[in-house]
Amino acid sequence: MSTHRNGLLLANVSRRHFLKGLAASGALVIAARWDLSLAQDEEEASYGADGMPHGWVDDPNVFIRIDEDGTVTVVNHRAEMGQGIRTSLVMVVADELGADWDRVRVEQAIGHEERYGNQDTDGSRSMRHWFDPMRRAAAAARTMLEQAAAEHWDVPVAECHAGVHMVIHEPSDRELGFGELAAAASQLPVPERDSLRLKPRDEWRYIGRENVKTDRPLAIDGEDIVTGRALYGADVVLDDMLYAVIARPPVYGATLASVDDSAALAVPGVIRVVEVQGTGQPAGFEPLGGVAVVAENTWAAIEGRRALEIEWDTESAGDNASYDSEAYRQLLEESAQSPGRVVREQGDIEAALADAETRLEATYYMPHLAHATMEPPAALARLVDGKAEIWAPVQSPQAARDGVAGRLGLEPEDVTVNVTLLGGGFGRKSKPDFVLEAASLAREFEGRPVRVQWTREDDIQHDYFHAVSVDRLEAGMDGDGKALAWRHRTLSPSIGSLFGPDPKHKVDFELGMGFTATPFDIPAMSLENPEAEAHVRIGWYRAVYNLPHAFAIQSFVAEMAEAAGHDHRDYLLELLGPARQIDPREINEGWNYGEDPERYPVDIGRLRAVVEKATEEAGWGRKLPEGRGLGLAVHHSFVSYTAVVLDVEVDDGGEVIVHNADIAFDCGPQVNPERIRAQMEGACVMGIGNALHSEITVSEGRIEQDNFHQYLIPRISHAPRTVRVHLINDSPEAPMGGVGEPGVPPVTPALCNAIFAATGKRIRRLPIGDQLAS
Amino acid sequence: MVTLTINGQDHELDVPDQMPLLWALRDVVQLTGTKFGCGMAQCGACTVHLNGEAVRSCVTPVSQAQGREITTIEAIGDDEVGQRIQQAWLDLGVAQCGYCQGGQIMSATALLNREPDPDDAQILEAMAGNLCRCGTYNRIRQAIHRAAGHEEEQA
Ligand code: FES
Ligand code: FES
Repeated sequence: MSTHRNGLLLANVSRRHFLKGLAASGALVIAARWDLSLAQDEEEASYGADGMPHGWVDDPNVFIRIDEDGTVTVVNHRAEMGQGIRTSLVMVVADELGADWDRVRVEQAIGHEERYGNQDTDGSRSMRHWFDPMRRAAAAARTMLEQAAAEHWDVPVAECHAGVHMVIHEPSDRELGFGELAAAASQLPVPERDSLRLKPRDEWRYIGRENVKTDRPLAIDGEDIVTGRALYGADVVLDDMLYAVIARPPVYGATLASVDDSAALAVPGVIRVVEVQGTGQPAGFEPLGGVAVVAENTWAAIEGRRALEIEWDTESAGDNASYDSEAYRQLLEESAQSPGRVVREQGDIEAALADAETRLEATYYMPHLAHATMEPPAALARLVDGKAEIWAPVQSPQAARDGVAGRLGLEPEDVTVNVTLLGGGFGRKSKPDFVLEAASLAREFEGRPVRVQWTREDDIQHDYFHAVSVDRLEAGMDGDGKALAWRHRTLSPSIGSLFGPDPKHKVDFELGMGFTATPFDIPAMSLENPEAEAHVRIGWYRAVYNLPHAFAIQSFVAEMAEAAGHDHRDYLLELLGPARQIDPREINEGWNYGEDPERYPVDIGRLRAVVEKATEEAGWGRKLPEGRGLGLAVHHSFVSYTAVVLDVEVDDGGEVIVHNADIAFDCGPQVNPERIRAQMEGACVMGIGNALHSEITVSEGRIEQDNFHQYLIPRISHAPRTVRVHLINDSPEAPMGGVGEPGVPPVTPALCNAIFAATGKRIRRLPIGDQLAS
Repeated sequence: MVTLTINGQDHELDVPDQMPLLWALRDVVQLTGTKFGCGMAQCGACTVHLNGEAVRSCVTPVSQAQGREITTIEAIGDDEVGQRIQQAWLDLGVAQCGYCQGGQIMSATALLNREPDPDDAQILEAMAGNLCRCGTYNRIRQAIHRAAGHEEEQA
């Protein structure tokens, strides 16, 4: 049923050069959870959901409950953060079961992977890993209902089949509702997996459909959201609860030297000031430490914190205390001049560059970014009689559970993690540091629930930042502009630094995000990864390292086309070469988003198809008024394919106006097309924000931004005037791809390419900021 | 003691005058539909109505809210325009994570109450203070047009 691979992962981790010493850091389980272990033995390799900690479960008794009144309750074990998984997975179950939407409810699972299988809601994996198990669970439940009906009527089960929310015996024209059959069905054994009949597509009523008519909105949480009833992390209210905010060290790795809390304690409503222990570096998912002000309400806690007088000791922070993001950018740009660890090589790069008629070189920069989920982290914890209960918006409830258990010295069985809705995740809430803070405080106030609330300042200053990056590209072309040589050096601090000694190189899954598998047909290629150190907490940010890789590669292709005097689209298609499937292992890409390289090759045909679709829909090549241009980019990530064309105007003041976005997206089979469109629309806005304004800078180890007046994220005026999402290749034969993240990476380079088309100005350094104000 | 009239009901609260209305609503009255996003009037998540006007409750001390009608997302459906906005939001599937949407709906309702027939520029201006990290802006704009009874003007 579920697959446990921790033993295997452990063996592999110890062999991995870049994670040596990790075991000693105690972060092993966490590392295994997020693919930092990587590279399993070929013969033992397991992919997809099989390769995840605790694998998958398809037992209907775990996920589906039918009451006597016919209400079907589906247990959703993935975190809902706006991607719509609470709706989409339920659509899968409802369809396969034959349930009527208006009689289906969803119940959110606690964190409990032994029961539910893997619950890490990240990596754009929920649907591609859970479509099949959930279908099987529902098909098994349907079969049990049919069996129960057959026994009730004493007829052969082959004559009974499920209709909408009932089982029908056609020969005698009888029917029994699911509710009437539920009790008997629940007594039956679960049928063998191999015996299950899965419904063919033409029997689906919800999956893959748009504009389905239901009495209740299809969006499970829609009504609760528009009426303010939906519960997020900070919305759970318990009797007698306390409210806390925490002052954290301003530099990663710094510790508390001294605190004077007399003024804080004098603030009305403040109850106590408590030190929270950090674990130093690497921080993993542990709290950063600091001083908590615990009060009767959030406002009193915030006021109390303002009154604290704290001295921090930055000695223990080492180099981090002198980290300066501007100096670091220069350092990385310098390092990019020299060769780095070779990740992939073909042909003779030096010779090819030397022979080239035209040589081109460009360096691209993308700064640190903060997730800035609209809901800042918040968690509620209560410890009673050695049992902890948590309410929190977490993408990885099992990691939260394990972390709380570790921190409080409990067994995971003694920790219950209730998962609220997430007011945005984007990777931030994979890290349960804020939950562990609440747990620490709950221990100080045994019996009383304590909520830790992060303010926006906390969130922006103490995020797990998106890695800053420098990408240097060089190309050599012949007299016709044909590419002969391609050298790409990529430099970024690694997320690996969070869990052990800094690997100082991107680890395989980071390189696997749109770098190693660069899909071009160029005779000589060298992909290199020079060293870069981490000086702040680095973490996953929606689409992760795909962002800088796509920005650099897709911008550079446009620069090459320009230098060659070719149309960008034609040039891009030529670089991609003919439709074909590349085994990722052949191009040294062993990670492949954890998916089977045979089922999930790098499919050049699919890349070409999205380019063709997006450009065709956008009217590529059409004449635009002065100051306006079309920009194109394509990217393959999370085993899906996305191309974007943006129609952009730059006004006299240098303001960027995105008139239209045409997004062609191929994720293979589409379960909830309406939500896929929504994800693409949101990804487009985020990609525009990543390009236009967002930037975290650091001086003396301290983050220089602290709220939305300094850390700028897109507002309504920055969104494209129209977004048209073109979904293609909804084919049952295609392998299912991810949806949440792959929309973001091509947006930023498409925007920069459009700006070039509009103005002739090439953006190589993000954010764009005021670079266009002449 | 301050007396606040929230969604038509009077509440006596024992809180300091300077406490932002946001925290009084959330922590004291336990109406959690109004969200905290920034605490400095930058994001709009905390938007409520004071006498029908959209304000940022995170920077509105309770003393200023006293004696005025406070309406929160929990009761905006009692307003005919608010109800239409909510319906348009559902029809177009605006919400992603939903965290910002209470504030968005409060701003949009205030706009339509003030200007029943807004053009695009007016919508952009009225909604400029409401951030949505999920990027639902296009649907927000469309939903406001729809609630205003405008023909689908989107491609
Ligand atoms: S919380 Fe009030 S505007 Fe952001
Ligand atoms: S819907 Fe998530 S922040 Fe707006």
